[in-house]
Amino acid sequence: MSDVLLVLPLLIPLTTAAVSLLAWRRTGLHRVLAVAGAAALLGAGLVLLAFVWGNGICATQAGAWPAPFGITLVADLFSAIMVVLAGVVGLAVVLFSLASMDRGREAFGYYPLVHVLLLGVCGSFLTGDLFNLYVWFEVMLMASFMLLVLGGERPQIHGGIKYVTLNLVSSAVFLAAVGILYGLTGTLNMADLARKLDRMDQTATVTAVAMLFLVAFGIKAAVFPLFFWLPASYHTPPGAVSALFAGLLTKVGVYALIRVFTLLFVQEAGFTHLLILVLSGLTMVTGVLGAVAQQEFRRVLSFHIISQIGYMIMGLGLAGLTDSPALATLALAGSIFYIAHHIIVKTNLFLISSVARRLCGTFELKRQGGLYQTQPLLAFLFLIPAMSLAGMPPLSGFFAKLSLVQAGLGIGQYAIVAAALMVGLLTLFSMTKIWGEAFWKPSLQAAAADAAPQDLVPRQQPMLLLPIGALAVLTVTIGLGAEAVFTLTWRAAEQLLHREDYIQTVLGGPS
Amino acid sequence: MATLLAIIIGCLYAAGIYMMLRRSLFKLILGLVLLSHGANLLIFTVGGLTRGNPPVAAPRADAPVVPHADPLPQALILTAIVIGFAVLAFSLALFHRGYQTFGSDDPDDLKVSDR
Repeated sequence: MSDVLLVLPLLIPLTTAAVSLLAWRRTGLHRVLAVAGAAALLGAGLVLLAFVWGNGICATQAGAWPAPFGITLVADLFSAIMVVLAGVVGLAVVLFSLASMDRGREAFGYYPLVHVLLLGVCGSFLTGDLFNLYVWFEVMLMASFMLLVLGGERPQIHGGIKYVTLNLVSSAVFLAAVGILYGLTGTLNMADLARKLDRMDQTATVTAVAMLFLVAFGIKAAVFPLFFWLPASYHTPPGAVSALFAGLLTKVGVYALIRVFTLLFVQEAGFTHLLILVLSGLTMVTGVLGAVAQQEFRRVLSFHIISQIGYMIMGLGLAGLTDSPALATLALAGSIFYIAHHIIVKTNLFLISSVARRLCGTFELKRQGGLYQTQPLLAFLFLIPAMSLAGMPPLSGFFAKLSLVQAGLGIGQYAIVAAALMVGLLTLFSMTKIWGEAFWKPSLQAAAADAAPQDLVPRQQPMLLLPIGALAVLTVTIGLGAEAVFTLTWRAAEQLLHREDYIQTVLGGPS
Repeated sequence: MATLLAIIIGCLYAAGIYMMLRRSLFKLILGLVLLSHGANLLIFTVGGLTRGNPPVAAPRADAPVVPHADPLPQALILTAIVIGFAVLAFSLALFHRGYQTFGSDDPDDLKVSDR
């Protein structure tokens, strides 16, 4: 049973992409398949989550070779939560694309590429082997390169060159780190590595390798000071693509950071996790200050991604700096809660920015305006994720920040708590900036717009607003049902901290 | 042998990073190529250099004859080379398109999306 469940989140997007590629000219079929595939992925993710909740961590060996040699797939609650979120984002973005993507991009394989991207993302979440993680990263990157430059507009090419270069550097660093780790331990299976690294006495070398992983995943996650590719590229592709990237890509980097720094590199936590904590504070502050200075809808949001990444790794840093299991669990649970909240909210905000662009003809906030007057429903739907991002109760962002701040106070890291609270205030400031400029301000003459403003075609309107509305409802639901979600993330954090369960599930037998 | 390879890897990394810092998109690609070759050689070297028998067990034998080379790093490198090749082909096409679009090979002339 668990074998099938673990393979399904990979098989579904792979099949969808492959069948779509076989029917290359039939764009209509691509659209149908893409929606069906994304819905099936979400379903498979939910079943997997329910199964892991009931039965604990599950693992399978593809090809039936025993554990350290085979291709290991593992799902603990954290992986399962991430797969569900990938399904949610995938479905929302595909539905939004049905109404917003242009014919040219659809004809050149937009939908199959989205599913290849989802394949790479789910593979990264489910693999139990470091080298396979590299391969899944490359699958994801290749699809993201193509989605980013599909269409070939000038800004896209420019953003693409930077994005491709920095991600290739990150891959080279990652590969080198994997190689050195193999040389040290003779294995790449993460559970086996965890066991062998604990018995090693060359902690200095291991920490050096850990730093290589920090750089490699830090570039992917856009951590300070490695984030420059993100605001240079995320605002260039069409709205649906940037929503997909904003929701998922950096979070795969964060997932990898949390995975290796809870499972593998915990020997020198006083150094490595303190460094992560310092980086998280700098990431938060630089990200939000960058956002305050921007005047373009999607660039404001891009800088906010960076700032939010800081919160996600803040919990990871805190968890390594305490001896109390309860506080460490609280910090990690806060991180996971934050990731879940952020993925939903950020995807939604990018989708809304795309609708605003369509209505006003530009992404420049100065030249937008009057959306509250013409589209009150859209304005309302913007307020929900925007306030959630800033951490207003009772929305999802409030509870995510609350648990991180509680953990920070409990562990006694007051500086990071102060930074987190200040950054929340500045986030609120830039969300009110968007609200004031794009929604509240009276409508301007659209003479200066880049493209002619369009009214929403009545036939398209439900298709554009449905995913936005659904994600907003999800944000409110997470906020109102915070206790249930928190119980889930708490157990996920407990699993991350009890490494023995993971190791034994993969390798079998006592250690 | 390991020392020699270590020096070569160091040179590859240094040359790769130097090329990436040059003000030219073409040299940027060359730098990336050198960097990924450096990483591949690194895996090969730290995996242990052994001259000896093939790591295949003879018929009716339990284990291959020692000393034999570890086949896993070579499998990893092969995978990495294939991926690197595909990524390189893509980035060449992208950079060529960039050159056509902007009419320049200098990254500083590409100022449209980031201010």
